[in-house]
Amino acid sequence: MKFSEHWLREWVDPGIDSASLQKQLTMAGLEIEGSSPVAAQFTGVVVGYVTGVDKHPDADKLRVCSVTDGAETYQVVCGAPNVRTGLRVPFAKVGARLSTELTIKRAKLRGVESNGMLCSAAELGLADNSEGLLELDAGARAGADIRQYLNLDDLSIEINLTPNRGDCLSIRGLAREVGVLTRRPVAAPVVVPVTAVIGEERAVTLSAPAACPRYLGRVIRNISTSSETPLWMQEKLRRSGLRSIDPVVDVTNYVLLELGQPMHAFDLNKLEGGIEVRLARPGESLALLDGREVTLEGDTLLIADSKRALAMAGIMGGKHSAVSPKTTDLFLESAFFEPLAIAGRARRHGLQTDAGYRYERGVDFDLPALAMERATELLLEIVGGEPGPVTVAEGVVPSQTPIRLRTERITTLIGCDFAANEVETILTSLGMRIASRERGGWMIEPPSWRFDLSIEADLIEELARVRGYDNLPVRVPTARLALSPRAEQKRTLRDFRRKLIGLGYQEVVTFSFVDPALEEALGAGAKALVLVNPISQDMSVMRTTLWPGLVTVLKHNQHRQQDRMKLFETGLTFLNKNNKLQQSLKVGCLFWGSSKPEQWGAPLQGVDFFDLKGDLEALLGLESCGLRVSFTRAEHPALHPGQTARLLLDGTEIGLCGALHPALMQALDIPGKVYVAELDFGTASGQEIPVVRELSRFPAVRRDLALVLAEQVAAKDVVNSLRSCGGEALQDIIVFDVYQGQHIDKGKKSIALGLIFQHPSRTLVDQDIAAIIDSCIKALQAEFNAELR
Amino acid sequence: MSSLESLTNQALASISSCSAIEDLEQLRVQYLGKKGLLTEQLKALGSLPPEQRPVAGALINASKVQVQESITRRKEALERAEAERQLASESIDVSLPGRTIGLGGLHPVTRTIERIEDIFTRAGFEVVEGPEVEDDYHNFGALNIPAHHPARAMHDTFYFDANTLLRTHTSTVQVRTMETTKPPIRIICPGRVYRCDSDMTHTPMFHQVEGLLIDEKVSFADLKGLIAQFLQAFFEAELQVRFRPSYFPFTEPSAEVDVQCVACHGAGCRVCKQTGWLEIMGCGMVHPKVLTMSGLDAERYTGLAFGMGVDRLTMLRYNIKDLRLLFDNDMRLLRQFR
Repeated sequence: MKFSEHWLREWVDPGIDSASLQKQLTMAGLEIEGSSPVAAQFTGVVVGYVTGVDKHPDADKLRVCSVTDGAETYQVVCGAPNVRTGLRVPFAKVGARLSTELTIKRAKLRGVESNGMLCSAAELGLADNSEGLLELDAGARAGADIRQYLNLDDLSIEINLTPNRGDCLSIRGLAREVGVLTRRPVAAPVVVPVTAVIGEERAVTLSAPAACPRYLGRVIRNISTSSETPLWMQEKLRRSGLRSIDPVVDVTNYVLLELGQPMHAFDLNKLEGGIEVRLARPGESLALLDGREVTLEGDTLLIADSKRALAMAGIMGGKHSAVSPKTTDLFLESAFFEPLAIAGRARRHGLQTDAGYRYERGVDFDLPALAMERATELLLEIVGGEPGPVTVAEGVVPSQTPIRLRTERITTLIGCDFAANEVETILTSLGMRIASRERGGWMIEPPSWRFDLSIEADLIEELARVRGYDNLPVRVPTARLALSPRAEQKRTLRDFRRKLIGLGYQEVVTFSFVDPALEEALGAGAKALVLVNPISQDMSVMRTTLWPGLVTVLKHNQHRQQDRMKLFETGLTFLNKNNKLQQSLKVGCLFWGSSKPEQWGAPLQGVDFFDLKGDLEALLGLESCGLRVSFTRAEHPALHPGQTARLLLDGTEIGLCGALHPALMQALDIPGKVYVAELDFGTASGQEIPVVRELSRFPAVRRDLALVLAEQVAAKDVVNSLRSCGGEALQDIIVFDVYQGQHIDKGKKSIALGLIFQHPSRTLVDQDIAAIIDSCIKALQAEFNAELR
Repeated sequence: MSSLESLTNQALASISSCSAIEDLEQLRVQYLGKKGLLTEQLKALGSLPPEQRPVAGALINASKVQVQESITRRKEALERAEAERQLASESIDVSLPGRTIGLGGLHPVTRTIERIEDIFTRAGFEVVEGPEVEDDYHNFGALNIPAHHPARAMHDTFYFDANTLLRTHTSTVQVRTMETTKPPIRIICPGRVYRCDSDMTHTPMFHQVEGLLIDEKVSFADLKGLIAQFLQAFFEAELQVRFRPSYFPFTEPSAEVDVQCVACHGAGCRVCKQTGWLEIMGCGMVHPKVLTMSGLDAERYTGLAFGMGVDRLTMLRYNIKDLRLLFDNDMRLLRQFR
């Protein structure tokens, strides 16, 4: 909300300068966003009275005017279309500075001397553009400094109010707050109830009394259609961010800004029968003031007459009954609507109005009568007319329930004591009533304008706020020193991250919502969760795998001439399984480019499956997990059918890895090969607590075997077979070569293995080893038809 | 000059000019071997009168010792020179880059989250995480934000259906923890959060760390102390911290926390828009309704809660000027964090 500082100071003099006032408001929770001067920084402009206007001898569009500042008369050449005798306008005298660049000098315009300049609103920085001179009120005294006359040494202040402080959305509310904070009296304008001139009333029926507990109406007949909004009011509206429209609307807006009461004026002659405040009938439609037609739901409150819906209550009026420049008779509304009956209704139709904004935050339920009198008074002053009596319709008028406030609770929550008189001073200055004093506390009744005070903590916050948060004590929390176990059998995500970094992977963070096309290409056919209101189509489904993000990052960096990438991301994926959403923490990896970074003394080799596999083995700690994790061939629509493996831990799938399918690579326009992996953190993060075996004191012996096997035989099976017949003496098996080609038959391969033997309790002799190897070879022959090479 | 003396001098001269270990061995044989020149002299003693023999013998032996020692010294010198030559031939350009498999790095946001976790876990807080797809109740209802509450307008929420959404804050994890844990509760909840907003200073996904401390007699003073200490620990600087009243439906009293600008230390600069202060987090005392809804006794327990934007803290800490850079994952930026 924007407000004029000068207007606020008319209500309360805080005794401090603007900067201090702004800071004090901010520190009381009414955050000042910024401020700007309401006019340009000009000097030397006074009220000028035009005493005569003559034609310019050499220019059709220029006039030669006589202008007085009350003391002297000056000849001024002026080109404005609205200049005329008897006008009072801003007069920049010789020497006046309109801006840093423009100083008014004595000049000749087409040969005629001009001593100064008559100004428009735009030239003084009061408007973005204007046609003609700014016309001042007839009461403006010639010679008066224009800055003082229009109170231009003023700031338009932007304040950012939290949703609980609807009571501060007016000059009245802000003044109340400033009065409390600076301990200064607040002087509200005196509003004298207007005496009815005519007897006419319009019947008001409250058909939804809970939603609209109070509705005031008044007929005003025979207003003038030729009046204009006075400059002082236009200026206050402008400095509050509102445009002047016509005198009737301007008055209702003025009262909204001044008192915080939204009001509405209907064209009386468009109303048929009495007013009814009721809920909309389902499907009922209404043409709004802004020209839009809305179809309403049954929970929307309406102002209606006997024929039709007239307005969305508390939000926006309808087109049919709107006031126009030709309106001569008014029906003025000032009502209280329940916040919950208004909240959300405007947003539903994409509307945001000043009235709705205030009603959904809560408008003082005791305010409508005062506002009605204030608006009537201003209307009579500006457009005249004959007012009728105020019609009051009331349902269940709200009341404030007293709240218990305990001294002990203040101390507990704030961490220090508040003296009883300080509590009472602060709360009463905020408009609260002490309903009763009791042992250890009070019963406090909040004022009609505070909708955010309903429990004890709310009152304690007010105490803290008014004393100032910075004036409250500071303490370091104390806690009981309880220790909790750290599960060693579960590795942390941090462990995983650290290991991946050591293995050369860079962590990335990508959005959890991805492009549905990419998601479909990289997912395993899972149905992704779709956002109803995505930011854009390419961020519209939740990822079922981390690969879309990793591939997107790969592409982003490829376009920036990066030639090698090892990436990882950790995060949730979202999968629907049996109609139940699973949000599982995953670790995704991507490897593209050369196996090692380009460097001297090492050949540049493209990454292959075993680079990735080696990294995954290191990540999973296969040294300690031993044989429990196995890589078995698998299939996945996004992966190369011959280079895909499933990771199994004791037979349970914990992840998947492989090369992206060549067709997909082509579609994604990625050169080379991309290897990806995804591990399920929950199942892959287990580890065993080591139970150390005794170390043998006897020497180890190595024997190498070269076997020729059918190429389909999996190396893992050969190793497992050897292990099972090698007995306790076989400590380790190293696969040190795999060969196909010359000297090996087609369809066969040679595998070279190093067997490490070491017995826990004796030295192995050649015969021992020969016997073991012999039985191993027999087993391999039987199982795989293996031959010794 | 006797022939012994000249022989000795001749031997010593040859030794000192010898430049190869093999030649030195030859010289040893030549002078000291079984048939060596000095050995021959010893053999010739027999031809001297007996009374002269001891003196002449002693002189010859002294010469032999002198020559042997010279050979030994020369040998050592030559070996040393040889070793030095060898080492010199093995010298390398140590300025060449080391051989590497390359090193990865943490994303700056993760780095910040880990630093925040470290600061709080050292004081006994546990790290708790929760689901990102949430139900309306845990994101709003349980936090005292009923339907149509104006506060909902501050959260531009992504929906899947009327009841299912992407969490707009990590406060959801607070609720889930309170539902299942008895106080004292000391937790922080880092994670991804989502709001339907995208411009210069907003990304539709960002990160928060939420903190919660519930115990008997936790006060606003504790909140002020904890937050101030955290900010000073995080920025490793004695920065001023100020608390401004604010509003969150789930805390009462609520506060907005400003920290003295980390870039200009309060003098006013571009980072703090000349105010000297940076709005850094929201906090407050847990609203009694929130405690009650989660099954805690609001008379017995009080709590403090705070929530901070990790991305902003990361930007401030590492001089990152555009939020969106954090999610571009450009290697040129990420590599600077290795």
